[in-house]
Amino acid sequence: MTTPARALSPLLRALEAESLHILRETAAECARPVLLYSIGKDSAVLLHLARKAFGPGPLPFPLLHVDTTWKFRDMYALRDRVAADPDLDLIVHRNPEAEAKGVNPFDHGSSAHTDLWKTQGLKQALDAGGFDAAFGGARRDEDASRAKERVFSVRTPGHGWDPRRQRPELWDLYNARLKPGETLRVFPLSNWTEADVWDYVLAEDIPVAPLYLAADRPTVVRDGKLLMVDDDRMRFLPGETPVLRRVRFRTLGCWPLTAAVESDADTLEAVAAEARAARTSERAGRLIDKDRPGSMERKKQEGYF
Amino acid sequence: MARAPGDRLRVLTCGSVDDGKSTLMGRLMHDLGAVPDDVAAAATGPDGALDFASLVDGLMAEKEQGITIDVAHRYLSTPGRDFHLIDAPGHEQYTRNMVTGASQADVALVLIDAVRGMTAQTRRHALIAALTRVPTVVFVVTKMDAMGWDPERFEELVQDALAFASALELKAVQVVPVSGLTGENVARPAAAAWVERATLLDRLEAAPVASATGGPFRMPVQWVRRDGVDRAYAGKVASGRIRAGDLLRVQPSGRTAAALQVVGSNGVVEAGEAGLTCSVVLDRPVDVARGDVLVAADAPLETADQFEVDLVWMGDDPLLPGRVYDLKIGARTVPAQVTEIRRRVSVEDLVPLAAKTLELNDVGVCNLSLGAEIAFAPYAEDRTLGGFILIDRASLNTVGAGMIRFALRRAHNVHRQALTVDAAARAAAKGQKPTVLWFTGLSGAGKSTIADAVERRLHDMGRHTYLIDGDNLRHGLTRDLGFTDADRVENIRRAAEAARLMADAGLIVLVSLISPFASERRMARELMGEGRFLEVFVDVPLAVAEARDVKGLYRKARAGQLANFTGLDSPYERPEAPELHLRADAETPEEAADRVVAALRERGRLQA
Repeated sequence: MTTPARALSPLLRALEAESLHILRETAAECARPVLLYSIGKDSAVLLHLARKAFGPGPLPFPLLHVDTTWKFRDMYALRDRVAADPDLDLIVHRNPEAEAKGVNPFDHGSSAHTDLWKTQGLKQALDAGGFDAAFGGARRDEDASRAKERVFSVRTPGHGWDPRRQRPELWDLYNARLKPGETLRVFPLSNWTEADVWDYVLAEDIPVAPLYLAADRPTVVRDGKLLMVDDDRMRFLPGETPVLRRVRFRTLGCWPLTAAVESDADTLEAVAAEARAARTSERAGRLIDKDRPGSMERKKQEGYF
Repeated sequence: MARAPGDRLRVLTCGSVDDGKSTLMGRLMHDLGAVPDDVAAAATGPDGALDFASLVDGLMAEKEQGITIDVAHRYLSTPGRDFHLIDAPGHEQYTRNMVTGASQADVALVLIDAVRGMTAQTRRHALIAALTRVPTVVFVVTKMDAMGWDPERFEELVQDALAFASALELKAVQVVPVSGLTGENVARPAAAAWVERATLLDRLEAAPVASATGGPFRMPVQWVRRDGVDRAYAGKVASGRIRAGDLLRVQPSGRTAAALQVVGSNGVVEAGEAGLTCSVVLDRPVDVARGDVLVAADAPLETADQFEVDLVWMGDDPLLPGRVYDLKIGARTVPAQVTEIRRRVSVEDLVPLAAKTLELNDVGVCNLSLGAEIAFAPYAEDRTLGGFILIDRASLNTVGAGMIRFALRRAHNVHRQALTVDAAARAAAKGQKPTVLWFTGLSGAGKSTIADAVERRLHDMGRHTYLIDGDNLRHGLTRDLGFTDADRVENIRRAAEAARLMADAGLIVLVSLISPFASERRMARELMGEGRFLEVFVDVPLAVAEARDVKGLYRKARAGQLANFTGLDSPYERPEAPELHLRADAETPEEAADRVVAALRERGRLQA
């Protein structure tokens, strides 16, 4: 176990303890858990906590990356470095149907792109692996519908979420029992905020993609959002030319669907300070959250994380 | 549950839109700068006014109906404090959600509408806060602006609130007047001079986190980690602290060992602290499993299997005394039955009422009997080792939240008499393998006819048998029972216990009983033990059973003269994996009986 760069605050120690408890409870009660690894900062923290809960040595469950082929190049580089660890078993799944059709955000739109690659891809991967519980790094402070989700979220045989049928969660007693075909999504970071995540990344020296730190990056402004041109698949609109701007990302997803923010925060300390002072929602840059009203709630009902 | 001292202060808000709760929450978040600009913009109407209430509505269904359905969690900070707001819906049908929030709260804000005064709802919220022992309860009188900040009205409500709080034996009660609409006395002082100079926010900043740092060391073992030959026992410390060298006791077994090493989240630590996780390596090999509790050797917990408990029912189906549920406490899960509902508590006026069942959102005091002894502490003393949930074994849902009051000593005083001639000896004397054949199916399916034919065959083979028939049973052993779900559960329990006694006497027992619920058939199976219990599903379509109507019961039921009739207005849960599935509409009773006997023979139950 590495020595932390700096001592944890009492709050971070409390949050960490709660997460370790949730991770162990799931591993003890579920037959075949899997950790959803999406390469973002929350996944990085989740993986770090899983190593603490079960290490030293191999984790008692694999990691799963539901790939869309449209992530930032820096994300793939980080994923491959993580996967090189012999103590980790990383499964990468790409929806074969989406791959065959060449589904992309430009031709098919954000809704179809997200549904086919992410929602359907996730369901395929969970079914194929026979996983009964999937850890996710979602936090309740991200979105109004997530604010109401349980730590242990039961999903129907079709992976759907019914907010009216959630199990009561009393004290720290979790009910992980499942009927045939049902699965669980488990969110160990439920009670963490964006600022907590950055404080913890900093204190524990957890590797994250450099995209979170400000740098000069080629961008275009489209519909008021700053989009980074990450590779040559970008479709420019008439009159668009990439301009170097000092930007960073608060969340990471598919690069054509993830807006950057202008920022000079080029250290983790500065990023943590920005998170604490932020005046906009963390996911404001996620185009897929806004494609229709109640978007996240609908996606969850359909089986999205 | 154990909380680390540095955790966010968890504040439960109890009330509904009618009490001005959403407005108050929106106001608090807004004034503390916790509402992002894009969210505030979305909540601003065409007139430029911010709708505070809409800041906290989460789900589409909630916005459509203008109500709160589920608990929402929000996080905010002041320079001095981090807060975790647990926003629970107030209406009665969501009591279970409120109990969920209360179980985790350090502070409960119970809202009183200044205009309407104390309502049944206010009293229910206060009762739940008292029952779950939320350490600090603050009555927040909302909409003071609508009452023109009238000090006399406020004083009236203070007296009402304090009177009810004292009936609940609530300690550390405060009453605060606010206006969510104007923000007065929420995060900034009220204009009215008579208002005490401590805003709601001031009071929240001063409230303590309910951490259990004191007391003797206790930790439920959650996870057993094998590091090569060594084993480490991981869990979250419920109370006290542990250092290397401390002498520990494993409960309920009572074995002792010393802690060799304590490992925290970043390696070996000097001490494991309450509210935090740690792993303990012991100095000698002792048997420790998930669900056991490690405690300071000189301060062991009580162990027991019979309790008086407070119970909040959360299941859509009512609590049925006698039905077996799974109870989870700490990291331990054991079967549990409610043996008696001592009283139901009227949540509005605290009056104790007699009850045969508890319905959704009912609160009661019950006797509980567990399938095994557990180490525990009264809930009043320890939330981790005194709070439990009940899980329905068929739906697998969490259906009850319980708090142990104290252990009943019955199990200790009624010792099982050790007998010289045991079940094996009696079976050997008869030269047979005692077995229970459990015939289940709709009324008129042909259970008793087939069971009778089977018994005749066994009798002709010189076997010692007994047939327990549901209808005959109701003339004697279960004469006092009716046909409600609760009575059916008890009826089956008695039949199962009688069958067990007869099997214990060495007999092959045939039970013919509708036994409509999977839970009770499973209870009977577990009572007998695997291999000695054969479930025989006498399957026939409802239409066929009804057409036969040998006893004329379907006709009566259809005419409305018989209530709770299985298959009509009372459910029959089909067996999922019976040992034998008879198609009573496709084979004669004699053919069916031959198949039952053949099954017994195949399973070796007819050999000596």
